[in-house]
Amino acid sequence: MNQTETYQALRQFADSWGLLAMTISFVVLCAWPFRPGGRKNSDEAATMIFEEDDHVRT
Amino acid sequence: MVTLVSRAGIWLVLLLLSIMASVAAHDTAFAIQAATVAVACLVGLIFAIRSPDYQRVSRGLAAPTGDASKYDDDVIRWGVIATVFWGVAGFLVGVVIAFQLAYPQINLEPWFNFGRMRPLHTSAVIFAFGGNALIATSFYVVQRTCRARLAFPGLARFVFWGYQLFIVLAATGYLLGVTQAKEYAEPEWYVDLWLTVVWVSYLVVYGGTIMKRSEPHIYVANWFYLSFIITVAMLHLVNNLAVPVSFLGSQSISWFAGVQGALVQWWYGHNAVGFFLTAGFLGMMYYFVPKQAQRPVYSYRLSIIHFWALIFLYIWAGPHHLHYTALPDWAQTLGMVFSVMLWMPSWGGMINGLMTLNGAWDKLRTDPVLRMFVMSLAFYGMSTFEGPMMSVKSVNSLSHYTNWTIGHVHSGALGWNGMVTFGAIYYLTPRLWNRTQLYSLRMVNWHFWTATIGIVFYAASMWVAGITQGLMWREYGADGYLLNSFADVLPAIHPMYVLRGLGGVLYLSGAAFMVINVWKTIAGSPLRAEAPLYNIDQNKANDVPLVAQPAE
Ligand code: HEM
Ligand code: HEM
Repeated sequence: MNQTETYQALRQFADSWGLLAMTISFVVLCAWPFRPGGRKNSDEAATMIFEEDDHVRT
Repeated sequence: MVTLVSRAGIWLVLLLLSIMASVAAHDTAFAIQAATVAVACLVGLIFAIRSPDYQRVSRGLAAPTGDASKYDDDVIRWGVIATVFWGVAGFLVGVVIAFQLAYPQINLEPWFNFGRMRPLHTSAVIFAFGGNALIATSFYVVQRTCRARLAFPGLARFVFWGYQLFIVLAATGYLLGVTQAKEYAEPEWYVDLWLTVVWVSYLVVYGGTIMKRSEPHIYVANWFYLSFIITVAMLHLVNNLAVPVSFLGSQSISWFAGVQGALVQWWYGHNAVGFFLTAGFLGMMYYFVPKQAQRPVYSYRLSIIHFWALIFLYIWAGPHHLHYTALPDWAQTLGMVFSVMLWMPSWGGMINGLMTLNGAWDKLRTDPVLRMFVMSLAFYGMSTFEGPMMSVKSVNSLSHYTNWTIGHVHSGALGWNGMVTFGAIYYLTPRLWNRTQLYSLRMVNWHFWTATIGIVFYAASMWVAGITQGLMWREYGADGYLLNSFADVLPAIHPMYVLRGLGGVLYLSGAAFMVINVWKTIAGSPLRAEAPLYNIDQNKANDVPLVAQPAE
């Protein structure tokens, strides 16, 4: 493959399958916390930092 | 005994090697840099010989490994001190270069001219101040949220000291005129190699601690920190690909040339903003803001969505630094579109941070540390609104090359990065040194106000200066010629330069309050005698039931 062909091939991949794979993985990653039971997990994670609270407010 | 001797031996070999490199160097700058390394090796050697407990060694006992029931906080304590130190140094250089622009006579040739001091400033504030803050807080947060001690404590110490050596080499190199002329990636090839070693060690310590965690979930702050560490490694490796001219000289030739070089540079530059100055600091935000407000983050799910959105979008936004250049038009448009989309996830982060205070806004009245965090988020929101706007081509044709960009940079850097770091330092200092509270909360408040007013001076003057420049540069006369030369514009913006310098002085004086406060807290001096920040007067005399008095 010469340089132009390499460029064309990469470009075509990026415009098609690459783009599709990126979009799908993005959507799945974003949808993940909304799966059933996700809320409970999220709440646990969010409050976990207070478990060891050393915090004495003055 | 064996490790002791071999350790000292390694230092000695390194010392001799760096002395040889210094002697055989091809240019003076490289000789001085190698000598600096030699001094570092000498210090290492002295410590390797002096610090072990020989009583124990002679009895054949291993060195004490530290209390497993406590978090490993030594590196974090050093990191807090280093952050404060480099912060003051970087702000000071910022003030100097600000006045150099206003009064060119202050350019002290050749070592202290603007051209050499400017990268000194940017590296000192971003990599030394910001970088130390990120390393220290990330080690603090990862231990607390994983409920585990740092993996590889020895390596963690190497990361800290190795990073300081990187800073010193970079900074002294600039003053000597060593640079590869890529903004925010100025250090030459040998310093780049060194940073690679340090950074990979950082990844190993951080990743190792996450792997040995005893909490099932990886708290979202760690996601941000980890993305910052990994992405910076990738950016650093690609943008700094270069061939050294000689192995004992301070020059190299970049792997990329022309427009490819420009694209790689701004792919690096913008993602340095996106992952160093944004993702890493969001990691800080997601731990310290909820902790200081004592409320869980507003929406954990939002934090995850905006995390992925930032990751997927930031990487493509770099071309907005190259509008109207030789870069193909489609690439410029791509960069612009992605930058505009970036507005959403950025504000997702800001809203999530601010709304964490929902129902606790009253704490702002009494807690100046929380105030710092809120101001920081406000400036994050402001600069991530301004950024997308500036990346629209027609706006950029006005703002590019002008002080508007400088104003944008510093509303992000002073407002967002600076304030969140100050907040984190005030949070950490009493905890790390086992004090009940900071030496003075009032002083935090003074810091807050001087810094805020300083930023307002800085940003406002640079907007005015930037728009003035932009408009004057594009002004045509009736005959179709440009009206103003570059030099004509300078007197017009001179007052703005002076005002910016004053803003810098205010910001620096705020940092001076921080130095006193942190110093006194660490030293354990008695708390400053001061009125509490918020106090409703009590009227004990009237605090009694009314008893009916019989008529006379
Ligand atoms: C006392 C505070 C500060 C002052 C007075 C100051 C001043 C300056 C000046 C005069 C410049 C050069 C502008 C030009 O070339 O026209 C500059 C550039 C820069 N400063 Fe600061 N600075 C301060 C703090 C900071 C902080 C805390 C950060 C980052 C965390 C920062 C990041 C930068 C960056 C990234 C640039 C380069 C901007 C560009 O190339 O567009 N500065 N600063
Ligand atoms: C959505 C977020 C953001 C977008 C879309 C954005 C966009 C831009 C644009 C269009 C420029 C001007 C490029 C030029 O004309 O040369 C710029 C410059 C800059 N921005 Fe931002 N910005 C964002 C957020 C931030 C934040 C939060 C910070 C800092 C903490 C920051 C730091 C910088 C720096 C350092 C430069 C100067 C680069 C140089 O040396 O020329 N940006 N940004």
